[in-house]
Amino acid sequence: MTIPATTAGTPARKSTRPNQYFRNMSAKIASIPMILTAVVIFAGGTLWTVLYSFTNSRLLPRMSFVGFDQYERLWAAPRWTMSIINLGIYGIFSLIFSLLIGFLLAALMDQKIRFENTFRTIFLYPFALSFIVTGLVWQWILNPEFGIQSVIRSLGWTSFRFDPLYNPDLVMYGILIAALWQGTGLVMCLMLAGLRGIDGEIWKASRIDGIPAWKTYLFIVIPMMRPVFITTLVIIASGIVKVYDLVVAQTSGGPGIASEVPAKYVYDYMFQAQNLGQGFAASTMMLLTVAIIIIPWAYLEFGGRKRG
Amino acid sequence: MMTGFRAAILAAGVVLPLGAAHATDLEVTHWWTSGGEAAAVAELAKAFDATGNKWVDGAIAGSGGTARPIMISRITGGDPMGATQFNHGRQAEELVQAGLMRDLTDVATAEKWKDVIRPASLLDACTIEGKIYCAPVNIHSWQWLWLSNAAFKTAGVEVPKNWDEFVAAAPALEKAGIVPLALGGQAWQSSGLFDVLALSLGGKDFYFKAYGDKDEATLTGPDMAKIFKAADDARRMAKGSNVQDWNQATNLVITGKAGGQIMGDWAQGEFQIANQKAGTDYSCLPGLGVNAMISTGGDAFYFPLLSDEAKSEAQSVLAKTILDPATQVAFNLKKGSLPVRGDVDMSATNDCMKKGLDILAKGDVVKSTDELLSADIQKQKEDLFSEFFSSTTMTPEDAQKRLASIIASAE
Repeated sequence: MTIPATTAGTPARKSTRPNQYFRNMSAKIASIPMILTAVVIFAGGTLWTVLYSFTNSRLLPRMSFVGFDQYERLWAAPRWTMSIINLGIYGIFSLIFSLLIGFLLAALMDQKIRFENTFRTIFLYPFALSFIVTGLVWQWILNPEFGIQSVIRSLGWTSFRFDPLYNPDLVMYGILIAALWQGTGLVMCLMLAGLRGIDGEIWKASRIDGIPAWKTYLFIVIPMMRPVFITTLVIIASGIVKVYDLVVAQTSGGPGIASEVPAKYVYDYMFQAQNLGQGFAASTMMLLTVAIIIIPWAYLEFGGRKRG
Repeated sequence: MMTGFRAAILAAGVVLPLGAAHATDLEVTHWWTSGGEAAAVAELAKAFDATGNKWVDGAIAGSGGTARPIMISRITGGDPMGATQFNHGRQAEELVQAGLMRDLTDVATAEKWKDVIRPASLLDACTIEGKIYCAPVNIHSWQWLWLSNAAFKTAGVEVPKNWDEFVAAAPALEKAGIVPLALGGQAWQSSGLFDVLALSLGGKDFYFKAYGDKDEATLTGPDMAKIFKAADDARRMAKGSNVQDWNQATNLVITGKAGGQIMGDWAQGEFQIANQKAGTDYSCLPGLGVNAMISTGGDAFYFPLLSDEAKSEAQSVLAKTILDPATQVAFNLKKGSLPVRGDVDMSATNDCMKKGLDILAKGDVVKSTDELLSADIQKQKEDLFSEFFSSTTMTPEDAQKRLASIIASAE
């Protein structure tokens, strides 16, 4: 209602330039709740957390500052170091493999195959399951007593060993398998949407020039799909940093501390150890890690475009 | 785990229709969800419903580590339940100090808790600045070694009488394809096992010097090194028990797939549900057969401060019911724990619990680690021991150094 009124009113006062701040008023009013949520809850909550990470709060927050003590303890804790390493392993591999597998599946799906809908549904189906369910299912599948190992042993190969969840060196890869199974379907769908967005004329042109299909994908199609890749990257990356439920359902951090992740450290210390200060310090470190990666990237990505 | 959950739902289903018309509903949260535990909760609920109120069961599956954060955030978040389970000790200390919990001193004086509760340290653990804030419900001791008689028969060795014999019998068990020591993957189990070794093999004075006085010389000394040596043995014996929950580990012992398990007396409830008989099907060694000494941890009910008067009244009734002699007997027989009152008749109990009652009567009791150490220290200890017990490379010496530095950081 307000929009026609403003546009109608504009020509009347031609001499004064309309105030920038009052343009698109209705849109701005509509976004006030979201702005407030973002400022008060996200930014406010973040600042509050960072502030209290410098206190020795136990079960309840209290204002008695101890400087960097919580951070010193955090970085001296073997469990935290282990969590960071695990997050690194999980992050790198899940990024590479979900993009790779997702793109390959999408490219195969794009070959005008029969029953595409059926295949798409099958591949996307795991994504409909929560991480908890995924974790439990894969905990059973990978359990040596009644999972893959026992099936293969019952077929006669009795020396077969496959128990990644009970091997401290392999446990993160066991978790990775479940994460990929759950997540690649979505990546595939995003990639497929990107591939469908490529104009058919480009394919025709490259075929006329005699460029092999793989080269067309690698040097023409993928660069054109840049926005899709960036969206996918953000979705995968945010999933990596907050990984928690999958680990809890599959191994609850075990064996020992071999599959601990930072988010679990935060939760355990905030609530189980009743040490808010330590939990806040850990979550501040998580925020910092994300910021170190995101800020330069966002600057290059968005700042650069504005200038150009 | 699954059967426990089902039993809890069943218990809740049985309880709900019993509510009288003018009953006050009181939600009680707890983490008693294994088979034996759920059966015991049903007894409490029955007794409370008999008073004309209604027990609304708030069972949270997945042991204390999962349940406590939910309980605490409900209390601090302004959505308190009627009553909640915690362990004796320091878990609710800060909630009380923040004024979120109800003072039960009036109920306690009227019911003469001071005279009937034994050992007195249980009520001390509930007392903060002279006021009583919780109602102890049972005594649980950690210091038990449960042994499967069938497993030792299969392996062709005598059922051990103490820890050293058990360690010596391990190779024979392994040869017969039996895991000598069942140990679940949850962190608190490894840490608890170590504390049992410390008290049972190290003795009472050593235990207090290490955990009570936090004496550095003791923590870094040769006595502690001996305990870590035993933990190293335990680590080797526990290899191959690929289970998570404690009751799954107990189940390995019940079915004879494992030789033994170091676990608190709550494991007894599982043996009972499986219709096993103490002495013939399984054996128990309090204090690992070395120092028959038990720690008096256990469960207590805390009552959040509520503004609703009818509910506060129902809280008082529940507190009274919990300590009622008849409830104490019915509950503890099912749970496999010891009653907090010295004046009740537990003659219906089995051999293992009688051993526990004897030790309690003799006064060979110590404070539990939950009472001596804060939740923060306990958690760090859990991290350390779950790492130690799953690792093949961490030496006992390194672990000892790390334990000493964790305990040194205690407030």
